[in-house]
Amino acid sequence: MSGPAIVIRSVDKTFNPGTRGEVAALETVDLTVAPGEFVSLIGPSGCGKSTVLRLIADLVAPTAGEIEVFGKSAHQARLDRDYGMAFQSAGLFSWRKVARNIELPLELMGWSKADREARSAEMLAMVRLAEFGKHYPWQLSGGMQQRIAIARALSFKPRLLLMDEPFGALDEMTREHMQSELLSLVSDLGTTVVFVTHSISEATFLSDRVVVLSPRPGRIHEIIDVPLGSGRTDDAREEPAFFACSTEIRESLRAIGAAA
Amino acid sequence: MADQRGPVIIDAAANSRLGSVGGWARNLGLVAVAVAVMVVAWEGYKAIGQAIGGTWPGTSVDLPVSPDDLTMPHTWSILGALFEPVQRGSDETLAVFLLKAAAFTFVEAGLGFLIGGLVGLGLAVLMLRSPLLDRALVPWINISQTVPLIALAPIIVTWGRTTFLGDTVSVALIAAYLTFFPVAVNGLVGLKSPSTEKLELMRSYAAPWSKTLIALRFPAARPYLFPAFKLAATLSVVGAIVGEISAGVRGGLGRAILDYAGRYTTGPEKLYAAVLGAALLGLFVFGMANLAEQRLVNEGEEQPR
Ligand SMILES: Nc1ncnc2c1ncn2[C@@H]1O[C@H](COP(=O)(O)OP(=O)(O)OP(=O)(O)O)[C@@H](O)[C@H]1O
Ligand SMILES: [Mg+2]
Repeated sequence: MSGPAIVIRSVDKTFNPGTRGEVAALETVDLTVAPGEFVSLIGPSGCGKSTVLRLIADLVAPTAGEIEVFGKSAHQARLDRDYGMAFQSAGLFSWRKVARNIELPLELMGWSKADREARSAEMLAMVRLAEFGKHYPWQLSGGMQQRIAIARALSFKPRLLLMDEPFGALDEMTREHMQSELLSLVSDLGTTVVFVTHSISEATFLSDRVVVLSPRPGRIHEIIDVPLGSGRTDDAREEPAFFACSTEIRESLRAIGAAA
Repeated sequence: MADQRGPVIIDAAANSRLGSVGGWARNLGLVAVAVAVMVVAWEGYKAIGQAIGGTWPGTSVDLPVSPDDLTMPHTWSILGALFEPVQRGSDETLAVFLLKAAAFTFVEAGLGFLIGGLVGLGLAVLMLRSPLLDRALVPWINISQTVPLIALAPIIVTWGRTTFLGDTVSVALIAAYLTFFPVAVNGLVGLKSPSTEKLELMRSYAAPWSKTLIALRFPAARPYLFPAFKLAATLSVVGAIVGEISAGVRGGLGRAILDYAGRYTTGPEKLYAAVLGAALLGLFVFGMANLAEQRLVNEGEEQPR
């Protein structure tokens, strides 16, 4: 498995073409993501970050251009369950206990009950909520629910994880904690991640590369490498390279007119 | 109805147990108070009405309802009639007779509830699946409820008698005609209630439409379906009684009401007792649906905003 994880080749996306509600969301977007890489998308609201994610996930189809995921079409990759997804709202099913939420994708994939239970126990331990499997989602705090959503997305150990502002609704402290946790989870599993965020520090801390999108229509303005290396700990937040990189992202956002 | 959002409680198990015991006691108390108020109002109206001679004071204009014992028998005569023989020489009391009639009507109503519920759910799923069917069916579903049941009932029973269906099934079909409607309408809203994010999550798992229906749409529809089931439960009793009366089916509460209305002058208490039985049967099925809701929809369940 040496090819790229994701290839986006001159993709355009126009919603409702030819009608009064026409929106040119993305224009000639080119992006290649390597296996195991952590790439963040940042940019002003409405610039098309979620649309990029939804294109990769084959939840919407491009108007022009093509998207490959692990060397196949995005559609085939979805059918092969090559990726997991997490959103800003945890989106847990309130009528299922926590463990059974994690098992939902496994159920749909036809896993046996014993295998499902073993895996959900493993995932619960991984997000350090082992004792909450029998609780209902609403008995958990927002941060705990989000960890369950991540455990659900990773339960079948997909090679790719797509995340749309997953920590957007959390407070700063919980958020930083979850960032470290996510990094160690995905580096253990070798998961490729595409991560949408509004936070410069979050993008810097998590990513190998940060993609800055400009709005109307969304284009890639700049791709910034983050030279913090792998195996980052919270100490990385205090390194000069962290500040330098954050500044670079901020300058880039300022150049496209996003007050940041 | 959809936004009765209960407070979020941390220990749901303990709390709902406490809540239901307290709830039962409170509900029983409320019922007792309501019955007492009705008895006092009834007897008070009679007493005052008779004291002033049955007309508005100072005029010769009659009161809206005459307070005499034929039009408004005493509450205790109604109660007493329950424990007297249903006919002279019979050793069955009216209470037992009405209980049997209620059981007969309950079977018709229950069958009608089941048929109506299944048809309603089926229609909701069809309308969800196909926007074309949705547009085609909605006018018919609405028109169906404007056709008077009284007109329809004899037709259904006549058809039933020409086929292998018995009268019980015919009356059940009449009840189903009323019950499918709220289930179809609320069911469709409930099936459409999951957020785009949850639906996209199911798509991301490449879940087929049927799995999405079972694992997401049906569970999400429960908070919408149960209010419809409660309404349908009471409607099924109404439908069964109206069906019996208009089709002349023997053995149920509808027939008893019709008979006692015909023999009103010789025993008005019996008619009131039969009507009371019908009301209690309605309450009973409503209570059953309510109990099912409490069991199957959690208190902390996320409600649509
Ligand atoms: N289903 C859709 N139909 C029509 N227009 C859409 C649709 N989805 C997105 N758009 C439009 O496409 C543009 C990009 O939307 P997108 O959700 O990708 O932005 P975003 O960068 O994720 O914004 P935010 O940071 O606010 O989440 C917006 O102008 C939006 O209105
Ligand atoms: Mg977005």
